[in-house]
Amino acid sequence: MSPLANYAEQFAATATAGGAEGPAWLPALRQRAFDRFHALGFPTTRNEDWHFTSVTPIAERRFKTLKPAPTALTGADVAPFLIDPSWHRLVFVNGQFEPGLSQFAGLPAEVHVSTLAEALRERPEWVQAHLGSLAAFDDAAFTALNTAFVQDGVVVHVPVEETVDTPLHILHVIDAQAQGAAIHPRLLVVADRASAITVVEQFVELGASEHLVNAVAEIVVADGARVAHYKLQREGSAAYHVGTVQATQGRDAAFHSFSFAEGAALSRTNIYTKLHGVNGEARLNGLYLIDGNQHADHQTFVEHIAEACASRELYKGILDGSSHGVFNGKVYVDPEAQKTDGKQTNKALLLSEQARVDTKPQLEIFADDVKCTHGATVGRLDAMPLFYLKSRGISAENAKALLTYAFAAEVLETIEVDTLRLELERAVFARFTHTALE
Amino acid sequence: MLTITNLHASAGDKEILKGISLTINAGEVHAIMGPNGSGKSTLAQVIAGHPGYEVTAGTIEYLGQDLLELEAEERAQAGVFLAFQYPIEIPGVTNAYFLRAAYNEIRKAHGQPELDPIEFLDVMEEKLKVVEMDASMMQRSVNAGFSGGEKKRNEILQMAVLAPKLAVLDETDSGLDIDALRIVAEGVNKLKRPDNATIVVTHYQRLLNYIVPDHVHVLAGGRIIKSGGKELALELEAKGYDWLLEPVGA
Repeated sequence: MSPLANYAEQFAATATAGGAEGPAWLPALRQRAFDRFHALGFPTTRNEDWHFTSVTPIAERRFKTLKPAPTALTGADVAPFLIDPSWHRLVFVNGQFEPGLSQFAGLPAEVHVSTLAEALRERPEWVQAHLGSLAAFDDAAFTALNTAFVQDGVVVHVPVEETVDTPLHILHVIDAQAQGAAIHPRLLVVADRASAITVVEQFVELGASEHLVNAVAEIVVADGARVAHYKLQREGSAAYHVGTVQATQGRDAAFHSFSFAEGAALSRTNIYTKLHGVNGEARLNGLYLIDGNQHADHQTFVEHIAEACASRELYKGILDGSSHGVFNGKVYVDPEAQKTDGKQTNKALLLSEQARVDTKPQLEIFADDVKCTHGATVGRLDAMPLFYLKSRGISAENAKALLTYAFAAEVLETIEVDTLRLELERAVFARFTHTALE
Repeated sequence: MLTITNLHASAGDKEILKGISLTINAGEVHAIMGPNGSGKSTLAQVIAGHPGYEVTAGTIEYLGQDLLELEAEERAQAGVFLAFQYPIEIPGVTNAYFLRAAYNEIRKAHGQPELDPIEFLDVMEEKLKVVEMDASMMQRSVNAGFSGGEKKRNEILQMAVLAPKLAVLDETDSGLDIDALRIVAEGVNKLKRPDNATIVVTHYQRLLNYIVPDHVHVLAGGRIIKSGGKELALELEAKGYDWLLEPVGA
């Protein structure tokens, strides 16, 4: 069976077995999305956006939709992944919501947080107005695939001038039950005028399985609102992960995105934002750490549509073994977007001779009064800091480990959630130095 | 303690040290002076094991060992310390972690037990006083965003913690105001013991008002052209270097 025929069969089966549940517009949306996916097919490396990343391994594996099944996982199993147990959290196991492992009752009454399934029952018109409004699938096969097969996810609506103080944690645990499965989680965040929320979306693995996570997040940041979105991809080395985050920003709106990627055999992370209102601020930072035969690809796209917006990007990668990293940072500045202030920095540290990185900054600037810079470096550790540490008695091996951590620390420092920053600093420190950060 | 014999060293194709011979005994302070480009800093860095220089001839014997056979970290573990002219910034690694890592590696090399962070705090408390540094400096990244004076003090703090047998101060006075100079010099003096030695590399005599040398050597063109007592430094201050540099017979 060809890869597309596999998904056609899956789609037909899903549509008859409950896929038709929910409001009437949903099956129609799914059908449009599936038709589009079928027409597009999986992207090939002839597609400019996928030039350095072949998804043939994903297509070949013919992942199947999982049937709903009760999980045996307990609170103790997921406890290690709770960055801060006091946060509101929604826990999904293999894409299925687990109310017993979740806790988000203490949110302000005005703030709506629910699963997508519940939102489709409780406020279908509202969901219809937003779902798919940002994550267009005309040219995005994986987004089309997600939309066609979407099972569940999270819907967040923060009303005008509401601030959610503690981060909202969306934890996706994938376990051995997901062997051969495709999981299509969805996240929709709508932050109304002058509201604020931080969302931590985390993908982890408990027990190895070869599976596909194909996640889509849509984030609306209205005038004066602030949304921070942290995406942590810490899956196992047999996993495949495609994640797309699409944001839109109004006037004076701030969107801060951070992508941490260290798992999966092959991962592709798309972070896109459109600055539609004046004085918007976008900050897209990220860190990827790969080894062995891992492949990690990040594509960012900042569209400056309105005047006087600022965008800042800092992406770093640390590559060991025969791993392959890709960074493609696109910035578009519309003719109307005068006074744009854009800065993009991309740095990769190669720890082995075999590791490879392809980096492609793409600036398309159609306004004349703008300040846009980009810089990319690929290299090894500098000799002078190594000598400095060694001259203090620190062994060459430990000096390298410490400087590798320091390379990562520069971008981790930008994480504004203290517990999360500390969690990642500890993890990265232990990864390279094999000792605990005090 | 240190015997340098006919040392030649190059950076790339350029020979910088052209036959240095120098003997330093425990308890002594030696000043190496000379004009810019004379090779003073190169000599300091070659002693510490800087990878950018190649020793093409000559020997350095340190406490009975062939120093040139040792890696930079082994030299440090054996008690050699270089206070850098331009201390390196390491954003992301705290001063506290860096110092403890260095301290423990040196202890480990001597078969002594490592100190945990709490035990190390006690060591630090005492050493911070030597250079009049605030404990808050320990939580900042190594040299990152430090002023010139703070960086130099941080070098002397490291020296205080690591307690070297042979300390080489490379232009530690450059860029210091008079207060910072006094603090740094007093720190060095407090660390002086009968069983350690200090090499002070400097362009100016100023530092030697505070750290009084037993011997002064003038380096020019990669060679020691004159050695003497502390009065030589005063003479250089008064007359400059030119009188020494005139070719013989001119």
